[in-house]
Amino acid sequence: MSVRRLAANQPDSFAFTPATLKEVKVWIAKYPAGRQQSAVIPVLWLVQKQEGWISEPALRVVAETLGMPVIRVYEVATFYTMFMLEPVGSHALVQVCGTTPCQLRGAGDLLSVCQKKFGNRDHLSADGKFYWQEVECMGACSNAPMAAINDYYYEDLTPEAFEAILDDFAAGKKPKPGSHIKRQGASPEGGALVLLDPSLYDGSRARPIKSLPNAEPKARKSKAPAP
Amino acid sequence: MVGILEDKDRIFTNLYGLHDWGLEGAKARGGWNATRDMLTQTPEWICEQIKDSGLRGRGGGGFPTGLKWTFMPKQESERPHYLVVNADESEPGACKDREIIRNDPHLLIEGCLIASYAIRAHTAYIYVRGEYVFERERLEAAIKQAYEARLIGKGNVHGWDFDLFVHHGGGAYICGDETALMESLEGKKGQPRLKPPFPAGAGIYGAPTTINNVESIAVVGSILRRGSGWFAGFGRPKNSGIKLMAASGHVNKPCVVEETMSIPMRKLIEDHFGGVRGGWGNLKAVIPGGISMRMIPAAEAEEALMDFDDLAARRSGLGTATMIVMDKDADLVKAIARASYFYKHESCGQCTPCREGTGWMWRIMERMASGEAEMKEIDMLLDVASQVEGHTICGLGDAAAWPIQGLFRHFRHEVEERITNYRAGKPHVQGATLRAAE
Ligand SMILES: Cc1cc2nc3c(=O)[nH]c(=O)nc-3n(C[C@H](O)[C@H](O)[C@H](O)COP(=O)(O)O)c2cc1C
Ligand code: SF4
Ligand code: FES
Repeated sequence: MSVRRLAANQPDSFAFTPATLKEVKVWIAKYPAGRQQSAVIPVLWLVQKQEGWISEPALRVVAETLGMPVIRVYEVATFYTMFMLEPVGSHALVQVCGTTPCQLRGAGDLLSVCQKKFGNRDHLSADGKFYWQEVECMGACSNAPMAAINDYYYEDLTPEAFEAILDDFAAGKKPKPGSHIKRQGASPEGGALVLLDPSLYDGSRARPIKSLPNAEPKARKSKAPAP
Repeated sequence: MVGILEDKDRIFTNLYGLHDWGLEGAKARGGWNATRDMLTQTPEWICEQIKDSGLRGRGGGGFPTGLKWTFMPKQESERPHYLVVNADESEPGACKDREIIRNDPHLLIEGCLIASYAIRAHTAYIYVRGEYVFERERLEAAIKQAYEARLIGKGNVHGWDFDLFVHHGGGAYICGDETALMESLEGKKGQPRLKPPFPAGAGIYGAPTTINNVESIAVVGSILRRGSGWFAGFGRPKNSGIKLMAASGHVNKPCVVEETMSIPMRKLIEDHFGGVRGGWGNLKAVIPGGISMRMIPAAEAEEALMDFDDLAARRSGLGTATMIVMDKDADLVKAIARASYFYKHESCGQCTPCREGTGWMWRIMERMASGEAEMKEIDMLLDVASQVEGHTICGLGDAAAWPIQGLFRHFRHEVEERITNYRAGKPHVQGATLRAAE
């Protein structure tokens, strides 16, 4: 369990931009009437996208928007470590995965890169451009070691490749996410060993199936007109 | 040929994202084919077929999927039914559902429609972990295509009104537990509920709910298209089917691949994952599922089969079949200490044995890793682990105990040696064996 608190310095107010508000409405519409509280995680996420972090005034606005007690929003914001409770770097939020599968493939070296470049974890870098953390498994273990920078994953990293990516971010660029040894997704290095049969991709599988295996002859009558 | 499964029998034909993930591509590869015919059969027929196929839950528990669906009420009451798909994928090692979501999303969407019909639900949510931003965007785009083509939605071509929504998760491991996931979906902290009531009686919003893993749902369309017998024909009895498997750690080519259940572990590693770093003889241990499965040593990995029963007999488990491989240069104690930190970080804090125990076990494990711990603390640690195991609301407590138990079951002598060396002024240095060998 992580014990997390709100930042000591808080802004005076928070307001959704019109663009964010539009997205907030999309999320609320996904849930049954009266269940808008279900949207609290995505709405807090939108706040974070807009401001970089979640402030106390923002919690109040979210509570009001979703008709929830502020304390419930506070609980959610502090429970989920994905939510940043203090300002993050202007250029990048760097999250290095440190869990065992990444550790076994050299995550320690990536952590050292961050330490060297930005100083201690969980703090803004001196120039205010970066904020870095060690986080738990990101669900990309076959592409370990990896880091999430802002929203996307940078995978199969070496310390050198990682440093180059961070330098690009510092220069205001947006380096391409994905594998840095040019693997296609989670395929093996050097190219796929399976899924090579061309008949999988020639459209033959789209041919109508005459009757489903084991189908009952007395089927339910479809309500819908034929497509 | 590599492995056992032939290309013609693969379900996830776009596993690596080499082809079009969109609707056109999915249809050309056989997705959405005969879906309408499936939905003219009865819900009971679908449940029967899935039962006959032998499909067991792919989220780690291995509960028979068709059977789970029959627990739902047979008639809809004023409380609507829901399908919730678990795409929280946060168990260290597990990275397979991600490939389905980003590369074959239409198989998942089709599966959601079929499964919802089978449990008489008109609404489904897919709970995607918060960090999967790209994957969520991709899935949203695919769902939009399905709506526009009237494959889902109200008045769709399949004749079963059906709404499908992506839910944005909070990125917490504990939300992979089905009851924590439901709490989270309702907009609360992800703290597991006591069972009963079970989800099929009272799940999200107090309504009957079925929760399944992404892979469990995404294979359903293909099973019905090709027949339950086809699926049941792979693997050993009670362990049938084909399944996504993955490797991380010390293999030459970590990747995700679809294979038949019960494939020998060694064959899987050597054929698909490029073998163990430094050769098979350099293997030390394998954690077969995600990290919560107890590790097995090389000698057992040699004989193990990738299925539920074989690995359970080795006092481990298949889990999600996403293995972590460790070679002789790996520091097993440090690896498990890091896992202990993970559980401490992810405990929701509701039950005392888990909240206090995970922190305690982590601190001791760190001292074991350096050798600072005292010899008698080994038994103390195992005692605490067994007191946490089985005494908590959810499975996270068990999961925190298992990796430690696995380590000591097979490698206790190594930890003891480390403690002795530390006392003799020879502290453990990572990589020492490699350097000594040079
Ligand atoms: C701590 C914990 C984490 C879990 N994480 C996941 C997960 O990430 N994905 C998943 O599908 N199941 C996970 N499960 C298992 C689910 O609770 C549930 O059994 C599963 O989603 C059911 O689907 P299935 O029968 O299709 O496997 C987790 C369980 C526990 C106790
Ligand atoms: S076992 Fe741990 S994670 Fe599960 S409910 Fe209890 S405290 Fe929470
Ligand atoms: S351990 Fe790093 S992504 Fe899973």
